[in-house]
Amino acid sequence: MFDALSGKLTGVFDKLRTRGALSEADVMEAMREVRLAMLDADVALPVVKEFTTKVRERAVGHEVLDSISPGQAVAKIVNDALIDALGGAGAVPLNLNAAAPIPILMVGLQGSGKTTTSGKIALRLQTREKRRVLLASLDVQRPAAQLQLQQLGERAKVASLPIVPGQSPVEIARRAMETGRREGFDVVILDTAGRLSIDEALMQEVREIRAATSPAETLLVVDAMTGQDAVNTAKHFNDAVGVTGIVMTRMDGDARGGAALSMRAITGAPIKLTGSGEKLEALEEFHPERVAGRILGLGDLAGLVEKASETLDQEETEKLALKMMRGKFDLDDYAAQIRQISKLGSIGGILDMLPGMGKLKEQIGDKDLDTSILKRHTAIISSMTKAERRTPDIIKASRKKRIAAGSGSSVQEVNRLLKQFDDMSTMMKRINKLGAKGLMRHGMSALMPKGMPPGRPQ
Amino acid sequence: MALGFFNRLKEGLSRSTQKLGTNLAAAFTHRRLDDAALEELEELLIGADLGPAVAERVIESFRRTRFGNEVTDRDVREALSAEIARVLEPVAIPFVPDPALKPHVVLVVGVNGTGKTTTIGKMALQYGREGLKPILVAGDTFRAAAVEQLQVWGERTGVPVISGPPNADAAGLAFNAFRKARSENADLLLIDTAGRLHNKGALMEELAKIIRVLRKFDETAPHSVILVLDATTGQNAVEQVRVFKELVDVTGLVVTKLDGSARGGIVVSLAETFKLPLHAVGVGEKAEDLRPFSASEFARGLVGDTVRLAGSLQPEE
Repeated sequence: MFDALSGKLTGVFDKLRTRGALSEADVMEAMREVRLAMLDADVALPVVKEFTTKVRERAVGHEVLDSISPGQAVAKIVNDALIDALGGAGAVPLNLNAAAPIPILMVGLQGSGKTTTSGKIALRLQTREKRRVLLASLDVQRPAAQLQLQQLGERAKVASLPIVPGQSPVEIARRAMETGRREGFDVVILDTAGRLSIDEALMQEVREIRAATSPAETLLVVDAMTGQDAVNTAKHFNDAVGVTGIVMTRMDGDARGGAALSMRAITGAPIKLTGSGEKLEALEEFHPERVAGRILGLGDLAGLVEKASETLDQEETEKLALKMMRGKFDLDDYAAQIRQISKLGSIGGILDMLPGMGKLKEQIGDKDLDTSILKRHTAIISSMTKAERRTPDIIKASRKKRIAAGSGSSVQEVNRLLKQFDDMSTMMKRINKLGAKGLMRHGMSALMPKGMPPGRPQ
Repeated sequence: MALGFFNRLKEGLSRSTQKLGTNLAAAFTHRRLDDAALEELEELLIGADLGPAVAERVIESFRRTRFGNEVTDRDVREALSAEIARVLEPVAIPFVPDPALKPHVVLVVGVNGTGKTTTIGKMALQYGREGLKPILVAGDTFRAAAVEQLQVWGERTGVPVISGPPNADAAGLAFNAFRKARSENADLLLIDTAGRLHNKGALMEELAKIIRVLRKFDETAPHSVILVLDATTGQNAVEQVRVFKELVDVTGLVVTKLDGSARGGIVVSLAETFKLPLHAVGVGEKAEDLRPFSASEFARGLVGDTVRLAGSLQPEE
């Protein structure tokens, strides 16, 4: 996500940075490139125009051209304008300020991910906010859509409205609200059928559902890969039913994220949540300032720390950290660490959040960042004896053969794991030497063996 | 049915593209083709998801041939639709099952939510009506209720559906289904797969595995690999086609949801880049709404309805 846009924009600014003074022509040239990069990333045309005009106006002002490092100043302006376009700093939470049961209405095109997102929101509200949630599918169009939501509910351990064949969507919506009231649910999520924004009959149906339930949130679910049509869809839905928030799905794809940049500008409604995976937990808050940082290649450390503290087992992490500090890190600890890392999601996703790692990721390529390697490592380690895990040095040829056979891998793979473990131990010693402050100052590149590419030049 | 056919297609396409048509009319009712006008035209093309490369080439050919001339929107439309039709004509190749194969094995792939299952349902109906014997395989063992969704299509169309337990191995299921289809002398085996983002290496590897396993039974299978694309997708569609083509040898495309407000301009850029056959387009939710792709209809629809296709206006090479 955002990689390509990020790469192009950093290119533009790197060029500007090498200049001492900037002329108005330099800025114009840079803005032309920004415009192309954004159009390539599927940012809606009107949004691109407004964006570049705004940046150009500010950038040709005196404070930039006269400043000591004009390139930096322009980058800052673009950063601010990006945050603006994405809706201003700070995540916007779901609005749950209404009398229970609070209706949340999900709308969008076919295949945008409404049903999966409904399941994800239900799980999130139930586990984090301790709300009792009822899922109700009003989708009588797509075959087995109601069943899909029911099964998602079972997976998430969230209640779902019993399916009654033959009811109209409005009838189901009424029944859902009644059930919600009678059985004391806090939130009722109404998942509607996918519809084209130009389908008048179906849009009228959503209007009726809205009138019958007066939802606290009407969430428009949008695929992050959407092209220029994002404008029309968002506009039509907003005009017809009044969108209160956007959920962007498939943020884990390699789309360039233009739709995300366009949405706020067109509907005025904030992006409240993003989906980034098929697991029911893969739903995140949207922080415009962090996303802007990622687009400009500045990373999102705040997001990573937050994610880590949410998903990692605090106690175990501290235990591991202590062992690392003392240099007593063995293969058992490595296996424990793998378990923790897998909880964080894909490695590529983690790298995205680290400053200066975008270029490194490009070099590694996506394939090698597969988490399946972690699974294989776990298997190999569990085929070792306790003694071997404690002192990997004793693992020689015949032990390697046994471990490979036991874990269904090869001796080469066992070797690779041992080598990697060795590298890790070396890296840890380096971290200990640097200390936390040194790490902050030099970033990840301080840890890389020599010859690896450094991060973005400071 | 013949009458309904064209009307539906035209209706779907023109709805999907009328926006570009209106924009063109507004921008070019008689004005001088200067830099500002050319820039405006370029933006219209980009706004229709045509892709920057295609847009730029069209603009350049306009600049060479008519810079400074007075043009009408009609000139613009004719030249543009001729250009688009020229690019699309070679890829407008319908999907024709080979009756000798018994069965012709088709693997249907794509990212999540593009309409793979719906497309298979529509294909089952069409080829069943033509007197062929199709069998469907519910190979999406991952998504909740995906199997049931295909089973409903099976009931609607009277075509048998082979399925396994939830989270079953899709490759094994496909293998068994293939064997069964051959023993039952079926004509067409349509294998549904779980939607997957093309940048997920492990999931793409699963697809490659399905193909490997199918080949254990018959080296020539799958005979077709159809990638289903959503017309609302922007430039990312290029990446999708590139990766799927590289990893699972896509043989043809189906573009769905062309009845919306999406203008589907990405199709032009795909045709230029990959030259893969564009078998069909989905223009509605009914089983009849899967249509063979027609380059001239599409091009005409894209630039507005009123223009005759003028072959003489092709841009210079």
